[in-house]
Amino acid sequence: MHTQHSYWQLFKAVYTKDVTLAFRQRAEIFNPLLFFVIVITLFPLAIGPEPALLSRMAPGIIWVAALLSTMLGLDKLFKEDYLDGSLEQLIASPYPLSLSVVAKVAAHWTISGLPMVLLSPLFALLMNLEQQALGATVLTLLVGTPLLSLIGGIGAGLTVGLQKGGLLLSLLVLPLYIPVLIFATSAIDTSMMSLAYGGQLAILGAMLAIGLVSAPFAISSALRVSVS
Amino acid sequence: MWKWLHPYAKAERAYQLCNTLLPYFAVISIVCILVGWVWGLAFAPADYQQKDSYRIIFIHVPSAILSMGAYSSMAIAAIVALVWQIRNAELAVISIAPVGAAMTAIALITGAAWGKPMWGAWWVWDARLTSELILLFLYFGVISLYHAFEDKKVAGRAACILAIVGVINLPIIHFSVEWWNTLHQGSTITKFDTSAIDPTMLWPLLINILGFAGFVGVIALMRLKNELLRCEQHRPWVRELISRG
Amino acid sequence: MLEIKAVTCIKQERCLFESLSFSLQAGEIMQIEGPNGAGKTSLLRIIAGFSRADEGAVTFNGDDTQMNYDEFAANLLFIGHKSGVNPQLSAIENVQHWQQVHGVKDIGQTMQLLAKLGLVGLEDVPVRTLSAGQQRRVALVRLWLNNAKLWILDEPFTALDKKGVAQLQAQFQIHLERGGAILLTTHQDLTAQFAKLKTLVLEYRL
Repeated sequence: MHTQHSYWQLFKAVYTKDVTLAFRQRAEIFNPLLFFVIVITLFPLAIGPEPALLSRMAPGIIWVAALLSTMLGLDKLFKEDYLDGSLEQLIASPYPLSLSVVAKVAAHWTISGLPMVLLSPLFALLMNLEQQALGATVLTLLVGTPLLSLIGGIGAGLTVGLQKGGLLLSLLVLPLYIPVLIFATSAIDTSMMSLAYGGQLAILGAMLAIGLVSAPFAISSALRVSVS
Repeated sequence: MWKWLHPYAKAERAYQLCNTLLPYFAVISIVCILVGWVWGLAFAPADYQQKDSYRIIFIHVPSAILSMGAYSSMAIAAIVALVWQIRNAELAVISIAPVGAAMTAIALITGAAWGKPMWGAWWVWDARLTSELILLFLYFGVISLYHAFEDKKVAGRAACILAIVGVINLPIIHFSVEWWNTLHQGSTITKFDTSAIDPTMLWPLLINILGFAGFVGVIALMRLKNELLRCEQHRPWVRELISRG
Repeated sequence: MLEIKAVTCIKQERCLFESLSFSLQAGEIMQIEGPNGAGKTSLLRIIAGFSRADEGAVTFNGDDTQMNYDEFAANLLFIGHKSGVNPQLSAIENVQHWQQVHGVKDIGQTMQLLAKLGLVGLEDVPVRTLSAGQQRRVALVRLWLNNAKLWILDEPFTALDKKGVAQLQAQFQIHLERGGAILLTTHQDLTAQFAKLKTLVLEYRL
């Protein structure tokens, strides 16, 4: 009965539901993005508009802003489903919970990560990032942001049952983001020196692969604990 | 493994085991720390380069080692708790976490204090110090997640999941911080080669590590005893224990 | 079909029930009664596999439900207090989503069913704009659309009018005749006559 076709059906159903809901409440997409923009705007105001300084700090600033704006949407990743009982229905479905989890995380990435990837060239310009670093910025965000959604999902699953889980969620998740931050910013730094950054990108890719196979199980066991 | 563990899945047996182990740990910890400190602080020769200020390693190194040791034992307890669904192992996780966090804090503070005369600054973004700081954050995560839940059964299982996620990430974090550090700092920091340490310093250090391990064991076991009693307060064996005084 | 073996549940240091055992066969309906806080919902959630019993086990057709949960879930329909209806989506979207998630084939009757349950003309508006009873009906459409053997329903009659309650009980009859089993909690008495009705009373324990 559970053919690959029906697994795909489940993935599609869960994914489209979340994306549809996000499009109906546009703020969910635009607010984190706006936050990303504002955080990036604050830095030149705080440290001065000097182009050389900005371009030196740009990788770090863009990535820290990306981490923070991913956090904004995470709180809501499972919240609605938890509150209206949909989460129980997902658990009591004949399909593995981890598959629904992957679909939900993918939807979260589509809503929060992908727009950042698409807009990142613009921010690179704002921050005086050199031309040759543009590719690295887009690529690291493309590989790194899904990982942020996956790792963040674990924290979201653990705190979904708590009334004020938002702050705790950041406390749990941000330390786990450190490796992504290090390798992503290092890749951009390296590209600014016109050196090959394939190594860092490969490590990010490897981390994404590990995250893809292990995080869904961690998230689903966290969700099972949270609904109990 | 299961056969060996199974009897201790019962809270009462686990409590008895704690009572049996406590004196051994207490003796090891008191004797070793006393001997180690007196030897290390008073009798071991001064370092030719760092003079007497190196003596802080007799606190710094044991606490740093134990901060990681405690995390690993916490993660092992968490795996046991989730795989075999043993509640006592969950309690062990919660008992170990604050002790480990305290060890991490001691390692950080002594590290900073040692850094002041050596590097000329209280805080240097040295790879090991940075990893240690992140380890402290991970400990705080486990502790605050546990306390955020009202239902302690849910809290215990959630904390276990987080401890396991943390222990999987720890090597990745450690590796990335090491790598980041060598990239950014180069050789600005003098690396002390621990294997080249003089035997007259090594022995008190080893004794201190053993003493600290015993100390962590004592506190963790005492906390575990409390948790077991709190959790089983309505069971007959606890009531009997109380009535016996 | 379903067997509950010596199940104990302790919540917040209070023992809700201890060594509770019973079984439910095909064609049987069991009503769980008891005052608020007696542990009715907790029992249902343990049987549905959401929470873990402190002691004891639940078996379905002889297999431990926790061991092979997805297999059990294929035979389970659970509707709880929180009914799993998304308030932002419309009735029809909710029903279709539920069907896809549970691998139930769309037999193209959804519209007629919604009409039968008095939701005609309301299929396309967000569920949040409907009344409590109407929202409940959106969740209960699942009773007509599933191929699960075991239904676990927590207060299914909440917010329903008399006609709705009657419709629901008629559907219970059909399910039981097909060889299904039902486990439900309700504060109302069942008005229809069921041939194999069992009752379980949970006491409030201190």
